[in-house]
Amino acid sequence: MTLSVTDLAITRGGIPVLEGLSFALEPGKALILRGPNGIGKTTLLRTLAGLQPPLSGQVNGAEDRIAYAAHSDGIKPTLTVAENLAFWASVFGTKSTQPALDAFDLGDLSGRPAGQLSAGQKRRLGLARILVTARPIWMLDEPTVSLDRSAVQMFADAVRGHLGQGGSALIATHIDLGLDGEVLDVGPYKARPKAIDDFDGAFL
Amino acid sequence: MIALLLRDLKLAFRAGGGFGLGLAFFLIVTVLVPFSVGPQSSLLSTIAPGVLWLGALLACLLSLDRLLALDWEDGSLDLLATSPLPLEAAVTIKALAHWLTTGLPLVLAAPVLGVLLHLPAQGYVWLFLSLLIGTPAMSVIGTFGAALTVGLKRGGLLLSLLVLPLYVPTLIFGAEVARRGATGMDVQTPLLMLAGITAATIALLPFASAAVLRINLR
Repeated sequence: MTLSVTDLAITRGGIPVLEGLSFALEPGKALILRGPNGIGKTTLLRTLAGLQPPLSGQVNGAEDRIAYAAHSDGIKPTLTVAENLAFWASVFGTKSTQPALDAFDLGDLSGRPAGQLSAGQKRRLGLARILVTARPIWMLDEPTVSLDRSAVQMFADAVRGHLGQGGSALIATHIDLGLDGEVLDVGPYKARPKAIDDFDGAFL
Repeated sequence: MIALLLRDLKLAFRAGGGFGLGLAFFLIVTVLVPFSVGPQSSLLSTIAPGVLWLGALLACLLSLDRLLALDWEDGSLDLLATSPLPLEAAVTIKALAHWLTTGLPLVLAAPVLGVLLHLPAQGYVWLFLSLLIGTPAMSVIGTFGAALTVGLKRGGLLLSLLVLPLYVPTLIFGAEVARRGATGMDVQTPLLMLAGITAATIALLPFASAAVLRINLR
């Protein structure tokens, strides 16, 4: 099922950041989001993930199909790597965490408290969480931050494997992952800054 | 849902999880009361039900600011909100985990601390029962307060100011059950009111907490 976005306008803190955005993300395809800092890439991903409502426009085919990975990985420092993953696996109803541990080479670390991991290892754990969600659309916000070159390769392989199984991915990143995905530059969709009139605009 | 409950319990019992802090606070407050009001046993036994209820309430309040704030800080609240688990269920489970790690130990410790305050013998059952019925409401109301203040840095004091007035009905009827029980009076009316308040908060507040959390996560 295709994720389709029609004439979407999104806000951050009551101020429109992007408007008139339309695209379609078909199964098996990746879409790379580009754009300068502050243009609204994170806000777009949060809106599509359902964390905030759009100002206007339509999002179809997103409901309960999105695995969202933000800047922070949601890792509990006192739980071990395996326990962190097993928690998310049972929330999403996945049985095995072993493929995810293998994909990001976390097998040797699985018994360690996650608080002792390095920044890059934490990031790998955060990305492994995406694998255990078993959801078809990945929405990744700067997924390669603090990853070394071989870990970036692991991540690119994981995305390729996911696309090969008919999944799709929307990735906000500035590095070249070697994926044959389309690039969507959101710069031209920048909204003209104007405050929303209604009094509860700050909540939108 | 079970996974979330088990995770929260595990986190509470591990290092820095905060299990036992509320209990230790309750113990210290109760021990300090005879120092401040004097050791007359007649006075202490009169004020014991009220002091124990107030101590339990404050101990419960103490642990609220980490109820949702930790999950918000490390991003797991965002991830939970996009998971198949409804947010209403998540906040209910969080409240349950809070009650199991904070409320229940207070309920179990209260009769022991009653000895320190010369609580009359007939009052122990009612003290225990009133706290057992009343503390779940404190956890659920506290979760609502935590949801209201979740995005704020150092929101602990504001959380207390928001939550304490909401605790008033539970405190009035809970302490009334314990007081009447200790003096041998009929407890039926305040006990029913206390149970009613708890049942209503458990039924309604998780929806309010989830709605507030959705707004705060935007």
